[in-house]
Amino acid sequence: MPQYTQFQPKEYRPKMSAYWYLDHWRYLRYALRESSSFFVAYFCVITLVQLAALGTDATRYAHFQAFMASPVMIVINAIALAFFLLHAITWFNLVPRVVMRQMLARPTPDIISSAPNYFAWFGATVILALFIMGVL
Amino acid sequence: MSDTIILEVARFNPEDGGEPSYQSYEVPLRPDWMVLDGLNHIKDQLDGSLAFRWSCRMGICGSCGMMVNGMPTLTCETLLMNYAPGPIRIAPLDHFPVVKDLVVDLDDFLAKLQKVRPWVVRKDDFKPAREFMQSPAQLEAFHQFSLCINCTLCYAACPVSGLDPNFIGPAAIALAHRYNLDSRDQGIEDRLDIVSQHEGIWDCTVVGECSVVCPKHVDPSLAIQQFKLTATKEWFKSFLLPRGKH
Amino acid sequence: METSSHDILIIGGGGAGLRAAIEIAEQDPRIDVAMVSKVYPMRSHTVSAEGGAAGVAGKDDTIDEHCYDTISGSDWLGDQDAIEFFCNEIPKELLRLEHWGCPWSREPDGRIAVRPFGGMKKMRTWFAADKTGFHLLHTLFQTSLKFSTIVRYDETFATRLLVEDGAVRGVVAIELRTGKIRAIQAKAVIIATGGCGRVFPFTTNANICTGDGMALAYRAGAPLKDMEMVQYHPTGLPFTGILITEAARAEGGWLLNKDGYRFLQDYDLGKPTPTPVLRSMELGPRDRVSQAIFGEFEKGRAFHGPYGDYVHLDLRHLGEHKIETRLPMVRELCLKYENIDPVREPIPIRPVQHYMMGGVHTDIDAKTPLAGLFAAGEAACVSINGANRLGSNSLGEILVFGARAGRSAIEAVRNGSAANENAILAQARDEERRIEERFLRRTDGTEKITKLREEMQRAMEKGCGIYRERESLVESANKIGELRERAGNLAIDDHSRTFNTQLTAALELGYMLDVAEAIVHSALDREESRGAHQRRDFAKRNDQKYLAHSVAHRSAEGPPRIEYLPVVITRWPPGERVYGR
Repeated sequence: MPQYTQFQPKEYRPKMSAYWYLDHWRYLRYALRESSSFFVAYFCVITLVQLAALGTDATRYAHFQAFMASPVMIVINAIALAFFLLHAITWFNLVPRVVMRQMLARPTPDIISSAPNYFAWFGATVILALFIMGVL
Repeated sequence: MSDTIILEVARFNPEDGGEPSYQSYEVPLRPDWMVLDGLNHIKDQLDGSLAFRWSCRMGICGSCGMMVNGMPTLTCETLLMNYAPGPIRIAPLDHFPVVKDLVVDLDDFLAKLQKVRPWVVRKDDFKPAREFMQSPAQLEAFHQFSLCINCTLCYAACPVSGLDPNFIGPAAIALAHRYNLDSRDQGIEDRLDIVSQHEGIWDCTVVGECSVVCPKHVDPSLAIQQFKLTATKEWFKSFLLPRGKH
Repeated sequence: METSSHDILIIGGGGAGLRAAIEIAEQDPRIDVAMVSKVYPMRSHTVSAEGGAAGVAGKDDTIDEHCYDTISGSDWLGDQDAIEFFCNEIPKELLRLEHWGCPWSREPDGRIAVRPFGGMKKMRTWFAADKTGFHLLHTLFQTSLKFSTIVRYDETFATRLLVEDGAVRGVVAIELRTGKIRAIQAKAVIIATGGCGRVFPFTTNANICTGDGMALAYRAGAPLKDMEMVQYHPTGLPFTGILITEAARAEGGWLLNKDGYRFLQDYDLGKPTPTPVLRSMELGPRDRVSQAIFGEFEKGRAFHGPYGDYVHLDLRHLGEHKIETRLPMVRELCLKYENIDPVREPIPIRPVQHYMMGGVHTDIDAKTPLAGLFAAGEAACVSINGANRLGSNSLGEILVFGARAGRSAIEAVRNGSAANENAILAQARDEERRIEERFLRRTDGTEKITKLREEMQRAMEKGCGIYRERESLVESANKIGELRERAGNLAIDDHSRTFNTQLTAALELGYMLDVAEAIVHSALDREESRGAHQRRDFAKRNDQKYLAHSVAHRSAEGPPRIEYLPVVITRWPPGERVYGR
């Protein structure tokens, strides 16, 4: 700290550390939300690989399935799924921060603006589940 | 329960040439005392050299914001009891230069406030002989954003403000938005030029903490995201209609 | 010492100061106007005003009616020429605020809404929910940012007016952040520093309301007028003294004693009705309502609490919707500071010191008797408030007389003569020496600031409460005299320059003691009861002798010299104050 000279007080300027996102749980929560995008990208890549394998021939696809069934990949995918869910939930919850809340006459509670997303999500999940189970 | 509580208060005096440190004081823990009452007890009875700002003690002047146990807090409206049995750690607001003890430098914030042109801009020089008509719904459209008391808790909560000192920041952008939404104002283009810079709305990564700590429920995060929408719409308009300055 | 110079210097950055600054900047952009404020302007105490600002708006209302309400409210101690000017000007000022963006509450068709208020015969109080002062101050501050000619010295604490050859020529002030002592010269100085509620122990006023400007002017030779007229607001929260706005009663709230009885009917304030009636019951003037609550305390019909007796303000019958839209801040304050919800429970309240009708003596043009010195707002006494201010007249006053002070100061600059700069700077250096020797470098003081302040507050409450009498007033006057002497020997532990809040507390204590002395001696001298000044030993109003303003002049030694100045009566001869019948 430089010397004080009269009437020229040096202010203390705290620097944010390079690991600032570990300083508070609320910052960490934000950092996790942001890094969840990485796992979304990862899923996209996996899906592309899967589609490519599917488009080539049955053995390529069987290889792909065997690879995905390895314990390491299951753990990775479980982690990725957790982040994927975090991604979806945190962004749905941000909708009220982005969408005009004053579209109705009175300001609406947050839940009203994020609810449609959850309904759509739930609906898509049900349709997919029915499809996979062969009902559709 | 104990009838006292320990306050660990950040001390810094530039004239000592020292680094900031914490000093502990024991103050009475009374059910109707706010954190500010505890600090005043220190100032009046224990150590007259402690420096902090306060004035209205009713949550409207915006002077007494501090970090209390790591959270930006208005100390005049937060009970000591909430933190029992303690200790309570009180520090100056994050992301501001510290002048002394709990007093931070607000000059930069005031400059940002002025920069966003927070006044009614009229392009048409229209001065009605009576009031501008404004329906309760038109008032409602901006009212929430007019409730900011400039306590700067949102700057202390915002990591972007800490990382980029040039970021105009939540309160100032919310104020710009307040005037944009006011039916009497015509200054939106001026403010778009200023606020849709990189240091303006696009610096915000929607951490959302500004709205969490805001003691007046202004929701600056909402203001910034709405501002982004407006800026995007205006950009597309000018893109499609190059001479479209209406 | 750093010196600077401006055409006009405003001390105080609240509503009156900001309005004056804007007026000057608008009238003549070539004039160099500066503002010294000990807090950032938007922290000023104007921010705490809640209920509204009165100004004739409706077709069924007239300026004359507003004048009459204000005059009878003042117990005929207000100057009628000033009141007429004031009532004519306010609607224009409030409209100007509307054009500057103040979020006034509205009627469904988009017009400005008005609400009833205490002592007013018509609905004429403009309001922005119950945060009118907050919105007014922020609108003024934000509008002032538009003018690059306004120079601000924020967080700069004025310590002395510079007076040369009978004219005020500037101010000495401490820049808090650095501790630098500045001599700021000006051709005209406007005092807009607000009130001095912190002289009392139980007050709605903010920590900054320490009568700085009153004392600065008083020390420089300008007299203080009507200082005995201290307003007690009927509804403050016990312990904190936080204000619950009169609008709570205007919207239909009831005052109840411990038996649930609307006791105001026993104090000649009318008959209870389910909905509010103007100039009646809960919409009586503040002095009479506060006196009635005190009457209930004395009759033992109040509740007893840890912070003294209290009665109830009941809003429950208004319903949640009305409370939420018209009185959101009342609800917020009750929840935070009393842990009660006014939608479900009555609010405990007791009378609390709120406002000074008195202040620096000015004429209708905001001029003080000292050349080059002007004053406006609560710090000044024009007087439009006389012995009792009506609720919602003070926000109008800061606008009307803030602007007026600005215009008068412009005139003074245009007609001004050159000053003797050497003499002025010599004075400034004297002041610098006083601050250094008596406070900053002093190590042998023994009296604690806090202790003296508490003793002063106790003495003022005892002598200058709602009811006064000779014996306790003399006792308080002696106590204040003693404290003034002891204040020469203050113990200071903080010798640093940077943001030294102990130094400012010591200087503020000095201001408060000067103002307290003027209050207590003015009260002792007025041997009658009028408005807020109720003497048990002189229970009647005495127009023969006291239809006059008290004017306190500071004397070098001993108590102030009190003189009297006749009240200006134009069209409304003194009469009986009639409420509720």
